[in-house]
Amino acid sequence: MSQPSEFYSRWRYRLFPDHIVGEVLSKNWIDNAIPFLILIASVAFFSVFIQDLFAPYSLIDNGRQIGELLLVVFGMTIVMMAGGIDLSVGATFALATFCSLGMFNYFELPLAVVVVLTLLLGALIGALNGALIGFLRLRAFLTTLVTLIMVRATFDTLVLNYQVEVSMAMRFSDAWDFIGDGDVLGIPFSFLLAAIVGIFAHVMLTRLGIGWRIQAVGGSRRSAFNAGISVRKTVFYTYVMSGTLAAAAGVLYASRLGAAGSDTGLGLEVSALTAAVLGGVSLGGGRGSIAKALLGSLIVIIIQSSLVRLGLRTGANTLVLGILLLVAVAIDVKWLKNRLKVLAKVYVSPGYFRLPDIGRIGSSSPYADNNRLADVDLIGLEEIEGPEDVILDEDDNLYCGSRHGDVIRFFSPDHKRWEVYGHIGGHPLGMAFDAQGNLNVCVSGMGLYQITPDKEVRKLTDETNRSLLSVIDDSRMRFADDLDIAPDGKIYFSEATIRFNTDEWMIDALESRGNGRIICYDPAADTTRTILPKLMFPNGICVSHDGQSILYAETWPCRISRYWLAGPRKGEVELVMPDLPGYPDNINRSSDGHYWCAFVGMRAPAFDLAMRMPSFRKKMVDRIPHDEWLYPNMNAGCVIKFDETGKVLECLWDSKGVNHPMITSMREHKGYLYLGGSLNNRIGKWKIPGADPDWTGVSSYWRAT
Amino acid sequence: MRLGRLSALSQEQIVLGMAVVLFAVFALSIDGFLTAGNILSVIQNVSVLGILGAGMAMSIIGRGIDLSVVSVMAYSVAWTLSAFNQDVNLYLALLMGFGFALAVGLINGILIAYIEIPAIFATLASGTAVAGFGQYFLVDTDVVFVSDAVGRLMSIGSGRTLGVPNSVISLAIVAGVLYWILHRTVFGRYLFAMGDNTRAARVAGIPVRPMMVAQYLLTATIAFIAGLVTAMAVESMNTRVVNSTLVYDVILIAVIGGISLSGGRGSVRNVLIGTVMIGVLLNGMTMMNMPYTAQNIVKGAILLVAIIADSFFNPRDEQTSQQGDI
Repeated sequence: MSQPSEFYSRWRYRLFPDHIVGEVLSKNWIDNAIPFLILIASVAFFSVFIQDLFAPYSLIDNGRQIGELLLVVFGMTIVMMAGGIDLSVGATFALATFCSLGMFNYFELPLAVVVVLTLLLGALIGALNGALIGFLRLRAFLTTLVTLIMVRATFDTLVLNYQVEVSMAMRFSDAWDFIGDGDVLGIPFSFLLAAIVGIFAHVMLTRLGIGWRIQAVGGSRRSAFNAGISVRKTVFYTYVMSGTLAAAAGVLYASRLGAAGSDTGLGLEVSALTAAVLGGVSLGGGRGSIAKALLGSLIVIIIQSSLVRLGLRTGANTLVLGILLLVAVAIDVKWLKNRLKVLAKVYVSPGYFRLPDIGRIGSSSPYADNNRLADVDLIGLEEIEGPEDVILDEDDNLYCGSRHGDVIRFFSPDHKRWEVYGHIGGHPLGMAFDAQGNLNVCVSGMGLYQITPDKEVRKLTDETNRSLLSVIDDSRMRFADDLDIAPDGKIYFSEATIRFNTDEWMIDALESRGNGRIICYDPAADTTRTILPKLMFPNGICVSHDGQSILYAETWPCRISRYWLAGPRKGEVELVMPDLPGYPDNINRSSDGHYWCAFVGMRAPAFDLAMRMPSFRKKMVDRIPHDEWLYPNMNAGCVIKFDETGKVLECLWDSKGVNHPMITSMREHKGYLYLGGSLNNRIGKWKIPGADPDWTGVSSYWRAT
Repeated sequence: MRLGRLSALSQEQIVLGMAVVLFAVFALSIDGFLTAGNILSVIQNVSVLGILGAGMAMSIIGRGIDLSVVSVMAYSVAWTLSAFNQDVNLYLALLMGFGFALAVGLINGILIAYIEIPAIFATLASGTAVAGFGQYFLVDTDVVFVSDAVGRLMSIGSGRTLGVPNSVISLAIVAGVLYWILHRTVFGRYLFAMGDNTRAARVAGIPVRPMMVAQYLLTATIAFIAGLVTAMAVESMNTRVVNSTLVYDVILIAVIGGISLSGGRGSVRNVLIGTVMIGVLLNGMTMMNMPYTAQNIVKGAILLVAIIADSFFNPRDEQTSQQGDI
C-alpha cells in the first residue's frame, strides 16, 4: 500500500463519520423523514404559487378542515395499526352529518343528546364492521367497502327525501355554533378537539394495554394470537373507535356547514387513507403512530386546499390525490422491504487504524512459544459453556459464568460438584468480589449486576449518562465486559462496544473505531458516569496493587493503558504497553505484585494490514457473506505476566491448542492459576511454580495491610 | 383442496338455487316479469356487467383484483368517442382508446408485480388517478355521445342477431374467449397455479411478475370492450359512472358466483351464474319500483352475505392467515 493513499484514508476515515449513516438508519424516527420532507416540499412548492397560503384566515379555515380530517385519519390509523383498513369512514361521516343535523334541526333534541346519539351511531357502524372483520374474520377491505356502499346508500336515500327539512336551520344555539365556528385562544375548536383526541389516542396506543394489544395484533397477528391476546376482540374495538371518530368528525362538519348534500364525505376514505399512508402508517399493520397520522394529514390538507385555491379544472384534485396515494404506498412498500437490507449493508463502517510494527517473535522474545500449559487439570469439562471469567472466594469455591445466563459455583476443595449460584439471564462476563463478599458481575446485554452471599441477584446499574452527540442511545449498556473495584468501593467497568451486541462482538473488530468506553459506578451515591469514552473495545480492567490507578486493555489496538484514579497524575491516561503481539483480554493481579493478562488471540500480518485499509474491509462487508469475512485470529492465545512498567516477565502457551485455544481470563489463587475462555467448555487449573501458596485475590484487595 | 372444491361448488349451487327461487318469486308476484322480452332484457341489462365480471373473475383467480376497470372503461371509450367526434379516423380513435386502456393496465401491472403494492390498493388509487386524468386531459364533457358515423361498430352493443340482443352475444364471445384462455392455455393453467400459491408458482419457475402484468393488461382490454359495448348500446358514454358503485357490482357478480377471493378457484361459469342472479334481482327490483339507492342497500346486503359465505367455505384461521393480507 503506497503512502499517499494511506495518508488519504487516514484522514478520510477520521474526518468523515461513516458510522452515523447506519446509526441514523437504525433509529425509529427515520421512518418520519420521508413524509417530513414531502411536507416541507409541498409547503415550499405551493407557497410560491399561492401568496397568502399562510395568512391567518387561511390557517384558521384549514384548521377547521384539518380538525375534521384528523379525527377520521386517527380512526383509520388505529384500524391500520391492528392490520385492518376502514373504507366506510367517509360514508359514516356523511351519515353522522345528516343524522346530527336532523336531530338538531328537525327533532330539536338537546345538543348533548344529539352528540351522544351521533357518536353512538358511528360506534354502531364500527361495531358492525368490527363484528364482521374481527369475529367472522372477513376481509377488511371488501367488508368495509360493502358497508361503505350500504351506509352511503342509506345516506343517499335520506338526503333524497329529507335534505330540505334537515338543512333548514330553525334553531339557534351558541354551543352548536361554537362547535362549528368557535375559537379557543384563536385556535379553531375542531382543531383543538382533534389535538386532544390525538393526545388521548397517542397515550392509548403507546401506554395502555389496549394500545399494546393493537400494535401486537398489527405487528404479527399469529404471534399475538399465540401469546394469548384476544385478537378478534382487539380488532373489533379498533373499528368501533374508527366509526366513533368518523361520527365525531361528522358532527363538526354538520355544525360548521349546517347542511348535508349528496357529495358530503365523498371520497373522504381515500383522503384519509392517503394521509395515513403518506405519514408512514403501514398497510397491513405493525407500524404507525399518531404523529405519523398528523404529518400525513397536514400534507394532504395543504395539497388539497392549495389545488382548490389554484382553481384548476375538475379532475386535477382527484388526479393528484390518486398519484399521491400510489407514490405513498410505493415508498411505504419499498421502504419497509429494503430498510433493513440497506441497514445491514451500511451499518458496519470500518475506520482506519495502524497497529505498531512488532516484527517477528523469535526464540529470545519474552513471548516465545512454549508448552507450559500442557499439563493443566480440567474443571467442569463439558459441563459448562462459556466461562468468560473465573474467580475464587476465600473458601476456595470457584465461580464462573455460563452462556445460559447463570453464575456457576464449583465447590471446594476438588471442584467436582457444582451448583447454579445465581441465575441472571444474560451471559455473565467479568466478575469481582467486593469487601462485603458480594459477587459483582458484568452481564452482556444487561449491565452491572450483583449476587449477594445469600444468592440474591440484584441490578446495580444498566444505564449511564447519554453523550450529547451520539446518535445511538448510548445510555443503555449493551456489552458490559470486565470490572474491578477500587479501594473506595467504586466499580470501574468496561463496555466493549456500544454499536454491536455481544453475539456480534467480532464485527466490532472490522470497524476498529473507538466504540467502547469505561464507566464508573459509585455504589455509595448510586450514580453511573462514563469516564473514558471512545476506546477501542476496552476489555480487561484491573486496579493496580497500590490502588492508585486502573490498568485497562483495549483489544483491537493491542495495548494496555493506565488511568490514574488518585495521586499527582489523577485523571490522566498513560500508555503502558503499546505494542502487544496479541489481543489482550482480562487483566488480574498476581501474587508477586505483578499482573496477569490473557491474550484472546494473536495478531496476524494479514489482518493488521486490513486494519489500514478501511475501504477494503467495507467492500468485503458489502460483497461477501458473513462467514467469508476476514476476522482477527481467535484460535490461539496465551497468558502473559507483566510488571507495573509494562515489561513482560513470562508467557504461558498451550501449543497443542486443545485445552485452551482461546483464553479470556485467568485468576491466581493459592498458588494455582485458573483459566477461562468465553467460547470454551472447561476451566483449566495450572500450578504456578514458586507462587505464594496462601495468596488470594480477595485478601489482596480487601485484607491488605 | 378437495373439500374446497366441493364447498365452492356448493356455493355455486346455492347461488343458482337462489337465482331460481328469486326468479320464481318474481315471476309469480310481478306482472310481466315472465315474458320473453323481459327475460332477454334481464340478460341484456347485465351483459356489460357480465363482461366486466368475467375480467374481474380472471384477475381474482390469479389472486389479484382490479378496481380500476370502471374508470378505464369510462375514459378510454369516452376518449375514443370524443376523438372520433372531432374527426379523428375511427380506427385511429379506437387505437388511441385501446392504447390508453393498455397503458393503465401496464402501469397497474408494474405497480403490483414489480413495486409489490397490494393489488386492491394499487388499482383503487390508479382508478382515482385515471378518473382525474380523464377529466382533466381527455374529455371535456361528462357525457360523450356516439355519432351514427361509427357504422358497423354500433352492432356490438345494439341490435339483434337471430333475435338475440347483440350485447348478449358480445358477452358470450368474451366469456368464450376467457374460458378458452383460462382452461385451454398455458397462461390459464399458470394463472390458477399463481392464484393458488404465488410463492410455490414462482419456485416452480412460472414467470409470476410478467404474468401479473399480463393479467392487468387483459382486464384493461376487457374493460375497453365492455365500454364499447355500453357506449354502442346506449349511444353515449357517461363518465359519471366512475362515481357509481358499478365496480362493486362487478365484484359482487364474481364473488356471488362462487369465485374464491383467496384465488385459484373458479371459472367463467361462476361469473355467468352470478350475472344471471344479479340480473334477475336488479330487474325484479326495478319492476317493483324500488328506488336506485334502496337497490344499492339490497345489493350491499347480498354482497355481504356472499363474502360471509366465501369466508365460511374458504376459511382463514389465525395460524394460516397471512400477515398484511387485508
